Amino acid sequence: MKETAFKFAVSSQANLQKMETRAATQDSASQFKVSVRNLNFFYGKHQALFNNSIDILGHHITAIIGPSGCGKSTHIRAYNRMHELYRDQRATGQILIGGQNVLSPEVDAVDLRRRVGMIFQKPSPFPMSIFENVAYGLRLNYKLKGAELSERVEQALIKAALWKEVKDKLHDPGTALSGGQQQRLCIARSIAIQPEVLLMDEPASAIDPIATAKIEELMLELKANYTMVIVTHSMQQAARVSDYTAFFYEGRIVEFGHTKQIFTNPREKQTEDYITGRFG
Amino acid sequence: MELNSLKKRRRFNSAIQVVSSLSALLGLAALLWILLVVLQRGVGALNWDFFTKLPTPPGIIGGGLANAIVGTLLITLLAAIWGTPLGILAGVYLAEYGKGTKIAVIIRSMTNILIGIPSIIVGVFVYALIVLPSKTFSAYAGAASLAIIMLPVVVRTTEDMLSMVPNALREAGLSLGAPNWRVILQIVFRAARGGLLTGILLAVARVSGETAPLLFTALNSTFWMHSLNEPIANLTVTIFNYAMSPYADWKSQAWGASLLIMGAVLILNIAARLAFKERSRAK
Repeated sequence: MKETAFKFAVSSQANLQKMETRAATQDSASQFKVSVRNLNFFYGKHQALFNNSIDILGHHITAIIGPSGCGKSTHIRAYNRMHELYRDQRATGQILIGGQNVLSPEVDAVDLRRRVGMIFQKPSPFPMSIFENVAYGLRLNYKLKGAELSERVEQALIKAALWKEVKDKLHDPGTALSGGQQQRLCIARSIAIQPEVLLMDEPASAIDPIATAKIEELMLELKANYTMVIVTHSMQQAARVSDYTAFFYEGRIVEFGHTKQIFTNPREKQTEDYITGRFG
Repeated sequence: MELNSLKKRRRFNSAIQVVSSLSALLGLAALLWILLVVLQRGVGALNWDFFTKLPTPPGIIGGGLANAIVGTLLITLLAAIWGTPLGILAGVYLAEYGKGTKIAVIIRSMTNILIGIPSIIVGVFVYALIVLPSKTFSAYAGAASLAIIMLPVVVRTTEDMLSMVPNALREAGLSLGAPNWRVILQIVFRAARGGLLTGILLAVARVSGETAPLLFTALNSTFWMHSLNEPIANLTVTIFNYAMSPYADWKSQAWGASLLIMGAVLILNIAARLAFKERSRAK
């Protein structure tokens, strides 16, 4: 392995880093929270993802960038099998989360989604009160009542940096909040049940810049406790919050590495063209 | 040439505008006419006795339609109790579980056909199915026929209202580890509750004025009912009988009953509209 790495190092600095990533994959697979192997995805007969393989480090933020329609969202929606809601969508390959292939039919999708939470592009508060929104998942997964439930709801809202704004109106409808607050409510709702992985599908694309800044700040705080994968079409956002970045193009992972390296010294021509704004 | 065609187009446009406005007015005028005549002739019949007394034989002035009012309320309520859950569950199948399947497409088009079926045919169907075997006209048979008429209306409105709930909400529920049935009952239903209520109220309004199916099933009666398994008095068949009679007193009561039903349907429609509005505001 070292010999090969050496050979590549001579030819290019970039390739050395590639080899390092690979070596890390093989040496200690366990440090990766999510390992995707040859993920292919189909909408009916149309193939949207081609042999996606990627290793996602626990307690870090991994960003997925790429032009519209490149399969970013499709990729992470397979992690918690959200695609199964739709009859004609199908995924093949392996997605190992905590060492278990979650695409296997033996894994119960309801159980999986409890472990792998998701934040969506459009804030989607349930048609109930702010308190009930956060309590919903808690009631679903734990036998909690009264003070204990209130305590957990409060904790989640504090962690989602929303408590101060809503503590006096917990029984107002969640839909009455502003867009940015709604999105933080959704984050509180998700982290209340302490998922292992938190997927975010363009979480700030429907929100104004100030609210976006708040959500990005929140992501950095949550990093200590959660493994996060964020799909974004904002390269600035990826650069600001993520530790690792994957560049997707036409359903393939073109490049994956440290965010700094992707944005300052991309190995692939396509990546460079995209981040310098030549297309996308 | 250009100018000419422009003139022509404008003239044609105003012609269509005039014709369509006139049509709208004509339709509205007919409706208003009915409302006014029923109001004018019916309001005199509505007095305390009308709501509290039993019908009198022809020739004896006075009496009321208390038994028919109670009967219509009972039959309609029973029909709603039977038709609503069945219709909502079928709607859930079409909008959620069966979505995109062939069987859902078949059920949907059958439901559409059922909506258009003349109500008298439903009456005859229930006559053969319930009245003949049980050897009696009954409130049960009447309610069954009304429930069958309600069913497709409730199915379709339920499906439409559930389909209007954005998938994002379903996905958000699922992403918390909620099983599908919980997402439907606790989240999707809640989001669509105003629309669902509207659908039910409109379906009830639709059947509360039905006469033909009741002729074959509930028939009518001039007495208080003792059980639901006997012919039962109801307003619509009473209107039919009284309006055909030669007695002025009965005719007047038929007008009164018509006004009562019309008022009830109007109130149901307004309630349905309010329920729907509240839902839109909550959103």
